Amino acid sequence: MAQTACLTLRNSNSVRTDHVPVLSVAEFRDTVVARVGAGAPLMAMFGIPSRGTSTRVFGLVANSEAGTIELCATDIERDYPALTPDCPSAHWFERELAEQWGLRPQGHPWLKPIRFHHSYRPGHDAWQRPSETEIEPGVTDYFAVDGDEVHEVAVGPVHAGIIEPGHFRFQCHGEDVFHLEIALGYQHRGVERAVLGGPTSRTIHYMETLAGDTSVGHAMCYCQAIEGLAGTRVPAYAQVIRGIALEFERLANHVGDLGALAGDVGFLPTASYCGRIRGDLLNMTAVICGNRFGRGLVRPGGVAFDIDESRRDQLLMRLEAARRDVTEAVDLLWTTPSVMGRFEDTGALSRQVATELGLVGVAARACGLERDCRQEFPMGIYRLSHIPVCTADTGDVFARALVRWMEIQRSMAFVDDQLRALPQGALRSPPGALPPSQITVSVVEGWRGEICHVAMTDETGTLSAYKIVDPSFHNWIGLAMALRHQQISDFPLCNKSFNLSYCGHDL
Amino acid sequence: MRIASLCQLLLALVLAPLLPGVINKVKAFVAGRTGPPIVQLYHDMFKLLGKGAVYSETTTSVFRFAPLAGLAAVIVALTLLPIGSVRALLAFPGDLVLLAYLLGLMRFLTVIGALDTGSSFEGMGASREVQFSALAEPVLMLTMVALARQADNLSLSGIYPAITGNTWVQAGPALAMISAALLAVSLAENARIPVDDPNTHLELTMIHEVMVLDFSGPDLAFIHYAAALKLWVFGSLLVGLCLPLRTGQALADVGAFLAGMFLFATVIGIIESTMARLRLLRVPQMLVGAGAIAIVALVLVLR
Repeated sequence: MAQTACLTLRNSNSVRTDHVPVLSVAEFRDTVVARVGAGAPLMAMFGIPSRGTSTRVFGLVANSEAGTIELCATDIERDYPALTPDCPSAHWFERELAEQWGLRPQGHPWLKPIRFHHSYRPGHDAWQRPSETEIEPGVTDYFAVDGDEVHEVAVGPVHAGIIEPGHFRFQCHGEDVFHLEIALGYQHRGVERAVLGGPTSRTIHYMETLAGDTSVGHAMCYCQAIEGLAGTRVPAYAQVIRGIALEFERLANHVGDLGALAGDVGFLPTASYCGRIRGDLLNMTAVICGNRFGRGLVRPGGVAFDIDESRRDQLLMRLEAARRDVTEAVDLLWTTPSVMGRFEDTGALSRQVATELGLVGVAARACGLERDCRQEFPMGIYRLSHIPVCTADTGDVFARALVRWMEIQRSMAFVDDQLRALPQGALRSPPGALPPSQITVSVVEGWRGEICHVAMTDETGTLSAYKIVDPSFHNWIGLAMALRHQQISDFPLCNKSFNLSYCGHDL
Repeated sequence: MRIASLCQLLLALVLAPLLPGVINKVKAFVAGRTGPPIVQLYHDMFKLLGKGAVYSETTTSVFRFAPLAGLAAVIVALTLLPIGSVRALLAFPGDLVLLAYLLGLMRFLTVIGALDTGSSFEGMGASREVQFSALAEPVLMLTMVALARQADNLSLSGIYPAITGNTWVQAGPALAMISAALLAVSLAENARIPVDDPNTHLELTMIHEVMVLDFSGPDLAFIHYAAALKLWVFGSLLVGLCLPLRTGQALADVGAFLAGMFLFATVIGIIESTMARLRLLRVPQMLVGAGAIAIVALVLVLR
């Protein structure tokens, strides 16, 4: 019974919204828990207003082997049995549901707001907070450890470096960390709600600025969703350029991360060189579209810029130079014992914990999980040209660095191949009006991991719901767990090895 | 003689801020950058001296008093240091113990200044500083005792002129081990890599830097200056030992000493450019290792 209850969908295909099976709450819970328990990752769980006062909650589970996404839904009035106790990866989604729609998952072990805003349904607040008072981010209960020798260290939301705001609460025993709790939400802008009623000319810009370092990833994911809804065929040339841009984004960020990891352990050579090479790689994106972060490049239906002969040659030349430089700089990391002494066994997560928490991207692959949307749900150029999945098995800072390095090498080879065999043809076939009452799920492997957008249209063909799941949404808890029984002085290193987005989480 | 001693103290007071400048220049060179000018610390100090200081409401007079008192302690320590054959301004049997305690006093003042803020970061930094210096101080004392035994003298101004090229021929292995131990202590005491990272902005990993986070204006200038002088103290101890050029000509000796100091800064710069910082758990192992080396050296000179 539970095996047939879901609707099966391919990446960016669309179906009528009413084809999504609406189960009873118990069936929904059983279905999701059974599939996640059988090893299928939970991609998203989100709500939309339904009949009367109830909320329709959708659950999306990945079927990696078949390359499909399974959908089911249920209507929840207010209280329901929490999924989290049997499906830990749902814990953050259930907190989000509670905050947005006032649903109360009974039995959730740690039900707290995640973004600190008022309920989307006035009068339905999971914590009975009055709607007229302001909710301040980070002001909430924190997990505390009692004891004379236990001390608490609070870091942020204002940090010493130029980074985003987030609050970290450590329970420490001397230098050892017992527990880390992370409070985010300082950058909640309401992006998901701002795009409703669209798409308008503004929507793509919201997507490109969801997480500034993942402009191409989120823009691609959005465009795939719109194209999926409208049934647009993206020209081959555009698909190749998208793939190149996405890999350039991955390259720039991975190289920057390796440099920053070296910087955090005070290893200067790699830190300095990788910082510079990251700039070179960003400049290569600028060669394509004039913007270092790839803004303005990916557009619904295709791309806005081509790569002509002379720019292609320039890119190939620069890429080769960057490849040589980065190989030298990164090889220093692996051959310096003092660096390896810091990376190895620091912030290790087991494969089991990573699976249970539903980690994605580099963090998951570093624990040995073969999760890469370019393989699982390939779209565009990735259907034709495969990039092998890079994994490591120790789950520590070293593994996360190593996975990044392997991905750098493979992405560089991929970009090089694609640039040498650029197809010709149209850049764009603009999507027409969106059909009414459709739903689509779009997935892209951004440099951090799985980016998932779910778009729904209403009877008039405008966006009635838009759900965004940044990889950081899955992975922040991974960072918190990685810090258990670590030295507090290793936190910056662990944090950098995950390098998660605050604004991508806060939306 | 007194004039020469006074001159060498002035030399230290004027030139000490160059050492961090040299270190940073070497690091920048290795990293392929231009780096700040060698005299950057002078600019920073003058800038800070012209500023007002901000004091947290939770601090007491301890906080205001600590930087200046710390600076005074290290200046007094400098008066005990000879350069080459030039005697120190203050010299008496046992002054090497006073030197160690003056450095200890300076650290104590930094630590209570940090604890006075009540910040959890500064408390962590203070705890680390005290833990590591409890291990570094005995190593310093052991090296001093070994040197005193080797030179058969209890005053720094007696020990250092007695170390010559000839001493290295006679007791080379012992002196080499003392130098190695002293270098390890220098790196730990001066908050350099591999013990501490002077460039990091990450409070959770800092030792020295996190203790001085709340100081501003002239107080911060005093702290920077005191740190440079402390580096000069350890540099003098090491250079006097490793480059024992005793021509008898005061000017030539001082010239050789200054060249040695820049070499010392360059070596630190190269160490910082080529290795990562140790995990905090490993720092005590490094210091205990340095202590073991110092003990072996002591056994060798006692033979």
